[in-house]
Amino acid sequence: MVLKVFFPSCCSTAESGILIGRWISEQNSAVVLAVIHFPFIPVQVKQYLSEVQQVTKVSISVLGSWNNSKQEKEESLGEFLEDLGTIFSHEPWIQISKEGASKFWSCSTLQKHSNNPKEEEIILVYYDQRKVMLSHLHPPLDTAASTAHRADNASELSAVFDTVARSKVLFMTDRYDDGPIKLTHWQSDGVEASIIVELMKQASVPACMLLTFLLSLISGVCRSRVLKFWPLSFLWSKLSTCEQLRHRLQHLQVISSNKKAQNQTQLMRKANIFVSLLIDVALGMLLMSWLYRKNRIGHLADTLIPVADHVAEELQDLLQWLMGAPAGLKMNRALDQVLGRFFLYHIHLWISYIHLMSPFIEMILWYVGLSACLGLTVALCILSDIIALLTFHIYCFYVYGARLYCLKIYGLSSLWRLFRGKKWNVLRQRVDSCSYDLDQLFIGTLLFTILLFLLPTTALYYLVFTLLRLLVVIVQGLIHLLVDLIDSLPLYSIILRLCRSYRLAAGVKFRVLEQQDGKPLRLLMEINPLSYGSVVHTYRLPTYSCYPKDSWTSLCKKLFLGELIYPWKHKGEKQD
Amino acid sequence: MEERPYRSASGAPIALRRRQHSASCRELSVRCPRLQLRSLSAVTSAVWLAAYGLFVLSQNSMVLSAAIFVTLIGLIIYLHFVKIDQESLLVIGSLGIQVTSSYASGKESTTFIEMSQVKDVVINEAIHMQKVIYYLCILLQDPGDPQGVSEVVPLFQSSKPRLDCLVEVYKSCQEILEQRKTAPQSG
Repeated sequence: MVLKVFFPSCCSTAESGILIGRWISEQNSAVVLAVIHFPFIPVQVKQYLSEVQQVTKVSISVLGSWNNSKQEKEESLGEFLEDLGTIFSHEPWIQISKEGASKFWSCSTLQKHSNNPKEEEIILVYYDQRKVMLSHLHPPLDTAASTAHRADNASELSAVFDTVARSKVLFMTDRYDDGPIKLTHWQSDGVEASIIVELMKQASVPACMLLTFLLSLISGVCRSRVLKFWPLSFLWSKLSTCEQLRHRLQHLQVISSNKKAQNQTQLMRKANIFVSLLIDVALGMLLMSWLYRKNRIGHLADTLIPVADHVAEELQDLLQWLMGAPAGLKMNRALDQVLGRFFLYHIHLWISYIHLMSPFIEMILWYVGLSACLGLTVALCILSDIIALLTFHIYCFYVYGARLYCLKIYGLSSLWRLFRGKKWNVLRQRVDSCSYDLDQLFIGTLLFTILLFLLPTTALYYLVFTLLRLLVVIVQGLIHLLVDLIDSLPLYSIILRLCRSYRLAAGVKFRVLEQQDGKPLRLLMEINPLSYGSVVHTYRLPTYSCYPKDSWTSLCKKLFLGELIYPWKHKGEKQD
Repeated sequence: MEERPYRSASGAPIALRRRQHSASCRELSVRCPRLQLRSLSAVTSAVWLAAYGLFVLSQNSMVLSAAIFVTLIGLIIYLHFVKIDQESLLVIGSLGIQVTSSYASGKESTTFIEMSQVKDVVINEAIHMQKVIYYLCILLQDPGDPQGVSEVVPLFQSSKPRLDCLVEVYKSCQEILEQRKTAPQSG
């Protein structure tokens, strides 16, 4: 059978010694973690290995010998290394030797208890120890769910990655430590550390505690009874700014919790939330500085009232057009006038309110603009809410038109059943035949005729206002889409994939190195990074809004029947 | 190492190169038909003629610069994401099978499938456009069901070699896959 030896490329220039690592017998492969140099005392080596095994829970043992001779072959050393095989009994005992500066090493195994004397083929796989230790192997998305089956035939590569990742303690000693054991591994020239990272770790503890304290104060205030009275709670539930602020507060709570992240997913989520918040606040500050320079807020406030006036005037023109002969259609004069005057009066009220508020608009806008420093997403939500408030009259008209139309449609369908001599059985939820009296039939038919001939007028008003409402909903929807994008994009993961692509591994790739006959097969194992699409899919942050589950057909059906549509619902809101 | 010429399913000339690195490691690469200068210049001149026609109609010189820009960007996207130069299969007995596609711009996209996941390598038939073609594919083992197949990974999708080339590749792969069936009895 083929024997696979995973050899770290940093140990290629190490002095002679013995190899330590993990032997995976199911796959007949040996993962070499380090080389212990001479002189050493075997008892101390065994003690050290058992200590490391206790801490890392990885079964590390002595795998074989490594002979790096700078000059010609040293016969005595070779015999000495073979004798070591009897002290550290390991089956099979792997012997790797390198001559001079040659790239091609000779590899052999000693099997004492095997009854098959056949020479087995050896594959030498070089791997970059530091990259394999830091990387996280992502299983393919479809098999991630069926992890139950994975337990018994764990993949070989994940075993290798797991071994190296869990042996961090082994790599903590370097050659400047005074101990009985002298190791060579990727960190043996000096343990790597970064001053900035250490300082930030020290500073993060008090910062987290302060943040937790502030957040508990804020959430205490939010939960107080004062804010739960009916008009206020209704207002908070309708404004999307409050939802966004609540969402961000949750994020801050996640970051500032002092529990360490248990696994890779939680760590990445924390990091993603942190970077997302940072970028959000930075963009918000940029927007704020742009708005407050050259008094743009004042200009905005000055143009707001004329824009609202303009919208109201356009609506009035529209209603006048509907009250005349719109698109050549002939409307019922009396109903037309009633509906038209009713809506015109509403617009008149609305304009009066706007003009009443006009002296305060600039101040309100100035203070509201300050909240852009909380983040760009908050500023966009405020924009969406301002649009909703300014087009409130369109929403009211849509509701009136829809209710009227809905009433008419239900009345028509019920009277149509009467016309045919049938009735809706509420108990049995079906249509039953029914014998009506003559006067019931007479009045029913009269009402049916009236409603039928008044239908075009109501339908036209309903159509016009529904289209306007849909326009506003589309604009608001686009803004919310942008907010969701900023909220859920895992920026830290994308930057990590860009700069340190070996940290997020989808798999490995092998490169065949130069071969020589008679020597073992040499392969280089490199990390195959995850694609950007999978990175975004795996590490997306969850958002609070859910997109409409209605299909297009049910939407059209609702529009036809005149039922009110609520396209953008938030998770946790009760369905109306 | 040997290289032999074959034909693809559409008649274009391709070449199969076989390398034996060791007793249990083989590399098989199929070189796809190269980008033809004729088709490249035909497409470029068509786009530029259309742009010039629009320019004559609208007298807006932006059309010309937009056409140049579009041609350049289109060529870069085609070379980097669409045009595959070479597809290779590296079979390492007891480790796995590695499938590599190298694009005309030098980009390489690799997938490695471990030997424990590979059930078999077979030649299948498929209906492609108006033809029935043969293609080589790797059958992946279903972890729950020892007889089941969880996924089919088609190989050489861009070069589409004909049956004679596929049979050569199939034989090479099967020789190495056979070794893993006989292996557990020893050692």
